[in-house]
Amino acid sequence: MDWTALFLSLQLAGWTVVFLLPVSVLMGRLLAYRRFRGKGLVEALVMLPLVLPPTVFGFYLLVAFGRNSPLGDLWQTLFGHQLVFSFQGLVLASVIFNLPFAIQPAQRGFESIPVEVREAARCCGLSPMAALWRVDLPLAWPGVVTAMVLTFAHTLGEFGIVLMVGGSIPGETKTIAIAIYDRVQGFDDKGAATMSAVLVAISLFTIALTYWLSARVGRRLS
Amino acid sequence: MALEVMAQAQTPIALDISFRVDPGELLALVGHSGSGKTTLLRCIAGLSHPEAGRVVVGGTTWLDTTAGVNLPTHRRRVGVVFQNYALFPHMTAAQNVMVAMVSPDRAEAARLLDLVNLHSLSDRKPAQLSGGQQQRVAVARALARKPQALLLDEPFSAVDRPTRETLYAEIIALRASLAMPVILVTHDMNEAQLLADRMVVIEQGRVVRQGSTAQVMADPDALRAMGIREVAAMLPATIAEHGSDGLTRLDGPTGALYLAGVSGPVGAQVRVRIMAHEVILSRARPEGLSAQNIIAGVITRIVQGVGPGAMVHIDVAGHDLLARITRRAADQMHLAPGDAVHAIVKSMSVARDHVARAPTHRD
Repeated sequence: MDWTALFLSLQLAGWTVVFLLPVSVLMGRLLAYRRFRGKGLVEALVMLPLVLPPTVFGFYLLVAFGRNSPLGDLWQTLFGHQLVFSFQGLVLASVIFNLPFAIQPAQRGFESIPVEVREAARCCGLSPMAALWRVDLPLAWPGVVTAMVLTFAHTLGEFGIVLMVGGSIPGETKTIAIAIYDRVQGFDDKGAATMSAVLVAISLFTIALTYWLSARVGRRLS
Repeated sequence: MALEVMAQAQTPIALDISFRVDPGELLALVGHSGSGKTTLLRCIAGLSHPEAGRVVVGGTTWLDTTAGVNLPTHRRRVGVVFQNYALFPHMTAAQNVMVAMVSPDRAEAARLLDLVNLHSLSDRKPAQLSGGQQQRVAVARALARKPQALLLDEPFSAVDRPTRETLYAEIIALRASLAMPVILVTHDMNEAQLLADRMVVIEQGRVVRQGSTAQVMADPDALRAMGIREVAAMLPATIAEHGSDGLTRLDGPTGALYLAGVSGPVGAQVRVRIMAHEVILSRARPEGLSAQNIIAGVITRIVQGVGPGAMVHIDVAGHDLLARITRRAADQMHLAPGDAVHAIVKSMSVARDHVARAPTHRD
């Protein structure tokens, strides 16, 4: 059992959730409430990581983060090391490829609030910020939590993009999914089996939690 | 504290309307669905934005497109009761009321819930309340903001008829304590006539007629927009006696009226809405007739419509009673202004919800 890899995966998933929580709430709410030009395009872009092969997506991220890219350049001058094959680069990639998981369920959560209830909040004198805290989030939070749970679980399991952008540096970018692959390559079936089982347990727990929460959403708004 | 409204728009619905509501006055905006009345209400609340418009209440400008003023909804001190109440499902009745207060005050919330006869249910959530109870919470919530204007968007349309009658009585009683202008949007002429002081009739985004309820109800143009069968007179009366046979005797300027299904304590002042098309006219006082109500009066005018009908206005002790009869009948009877006639009203032709408590604080 590669505890370093598991710990790294959990850290990666945790940071991804931290960065995506505000994005989930704000983008989910924006896409649920507003109609604007190009909304379809924005929604399609958000969903893109879901359908692109991880290698293709990872390749583009590698190019975008690389030493010759503006972003990679900027990172190098600011922090003195390159963005690709680093934990920070992995977090950034993870934030991007988790966008569909972080935004979609939250958007559905906000969409389930009836328009009149939102309008009533404004008629009660609640500013948009106050309405978010007192009406929108109390009604849509199961959607937001579902989004975060899915993001967490999906980050633990992501393989292709992590390999493309992070490589497999122990303690830096070698996540549990990659560690399992390594064990299989090294004919350590027992190690791979243990780690796989741990991953299955974590994923099963998170998915069960998601289902339980979405059932709650249904009940609250019925 | 008067509310002045002017709105012009092409979308989402063509509008070109202006009117004014005085403090304490209840104005009914009536019209068919799609006439623009709800859109107009939304413009006042700031939920819709007219291309050109002005909304001023008590010296505060909420909207003035020429001056570039357009306060967002949460900065307008407005109370709105939505058609489906739109209560916050995760909050109790008391919390729903308190959320609309500038500084939440439990005692004030209790007072408001008392005002709408709902105190004992203040800890229930909306899902545990009936439609009528939810409507009461919505009214209390709208008042909690101490609004400069109270807007009611078809507030009675989602409840059944008996509940509606109770709610009418409550709104009428509540009005004694309301000092702000009140706008009621409705497509129900009975509701408008029973509750409103003044009416604005809207058709395709334009005002067809505005004036006092009595004026509008007597105007054929206004009623063409609403449907001629909605024409009715409103007579004041006092509940005199509930008979053991289910009929109630009401005393008024018209003499005794016997009506079915009237509720309320003896001595209560009510308004009775008598539909013009239900009234039969007779020159002589008829004998041997099943109808229980024969009201004597004098014809003041006869308005010929474009169709086969004529509207006969009859003065009954200073009140206008309306009878819609055929022109053919008017000719056969040689009816003319100044003639004495008897108006015949069947007890059963006055629907239960056409009798409502009279407002107590005005006139």
